[in-house]
Amino acid sequence: METNFTHHQSAHCENGVASNLLKHNGLNISEPMVFGIGSGLFFVYLPFIKVNYAPAISYRPLPGLIFNRLAKRLGLKIKRQKFSNPTNATKALDENLKNNIPTGLQVGVYNLTYFPDEYRFHFNAHNLVVYGKTETDYLISDPVMETVTTLTHAELDKVRFAKGAFAPRGQMYYPIQLPKDIDIKNAIVKGIKNTCRDMLAPVPIIGVKGIRFVAKQIQKWPLKHGTKKANHYLAQLVRMQEEIGTGGGGFRFIYAAFLQEASTILENEALRELSAEMTVIGDLWRDFAVNASRVYKNRSTQKDVYNTLSNELLAIADKEEIFFKKLRNVIKSY
Amino acid sequence: MKKEEVPQDEGNLSKSNMKELIYATDEKGNYTTALSSGWEPKTIALTNSIEEINERIETARVQVKNGVSSPIVYYMELNKMDPTILASYVGLWKWRVKRHFRPRVFTRLSAKILQKYADAFSITVGELQNFKG
Repeated sequence: METNFTHHQSAHCENGVASNLLKHNGLNISEPMVFGIGSGLFFVYLPFIKVNYAPAISYRPLPGLIFNRLAKRLGLKIKRQKFSNPTNATKALDENLKNNIPTGLQVGVYNLTYFPDEYRFHFNAHNLVVYGKTETDYLISDPVMETVTTLTHAELDKVRFAKGAFAPRGQMYYPIQLPKDIDIKNAIVKGIKNTCRDMLAPVPIIGVKGIRFVAKQIQKWPLKHGTKKANHYLAQLVRMQEEIGTGGGGFRFIYAAFLQEASTILENEALRELSAEMTVIGDLWRDFAVNASRVYKNRSTQKDVYNTLSNELLAIADKEEIFFKKLRNVIKSY
Repeated sequence: MKKEEVPQDEGNLSKSNMKELIYATDEKGNYTTALSSGWEPKTIALTNSIEEINERIETARVQVKNGVSSPIVYYMELNKMDPTILASYVGLWKWRVKRHFRPRVFTRLSAKILQKYADAFSITVGELQNFKG
């Protein structure tokens, strides 16, 4: 069985699945719109949690949150189900496919056989759509891939029941009800307000303050942990920043694209100017990645390279603080 | 980022012909999308992590050989796991998993527990027991 699902590639998995599923249901919404309305831009630094033996840094909110917020703000209903055992999970998915419903799944990356080996880490917040089933395989639309792909029945079981942090527990989701009239303007405003609130939160590990916290930590890493560990931490920071499905620079560009679309819909020229400003900040994030990668590639042991990097990140934090304050002011009147 | 600046470096993705989608601006400053085959800083970061993991695997292998650690440690590293992830795959407390890292404790494990580890690593119990480093 196969549903008539159209695959579109996206920059980030959760946006992509949301956008693709909604397009399938007749609501034409772009990836940047999903990201913006769902308030996908975020930053949190959790030094007390270690991922791959380095402090956890996340550039996005908890898995599932983007789609949930989007649904709430657009007034649509999504059904989410988790399962305690694979047999029931398979049954429910097959039932959906029989009813011609392409279904979103949260999966672990480690056993996604179509990914290059280097990308297969124990990361459980990846999303994809299953749109059909054959004798041996499931038909998969993974939004970060250029084209559709497949996984065997056993492989899909494995990725749906991956273990560890954010274990997906077979989670599947799909929109069940779309409203006739959608108030997209109001949804955009809510999405932007939420992002401003997050990024300007008065909490030391979140948003702009979180970025500053990390920047200050970078200075201390080589003294506290030695160069080797400091370099490992830096490499992890860059990986979390620029790898598929996460995002520092990449996310800023998606957000800038969203602001551009929003400026047309809300007929507000100021948002278009802010979009251009966000693009500049995105470029700064990329410059930071370039410079950080140089440090751990050359295994430089000088102390001041870390200070330089730290200052670079502090400058980004300052720019973002100004940016989100401006954005908050522009959106206040709505 | 401008569309023509989207990096097309040789990377981990280009080996398998994968390309990722990136948002970038066209000549009028309007946002559009472009495909990227890879970007050097990312490749370096990933390579750095993989080297790190290979070092850990090698250290574990030597430890097993010298009788300091049980084969569980080696296979845990080989599967890019840490004790927390392994504990959740085998469904045991982390302290128990860590205890099983000791060779003497490992040799006395029940068939049932050994099977759990073998399943987590997708190998047979025999392979797990007979790994000598």
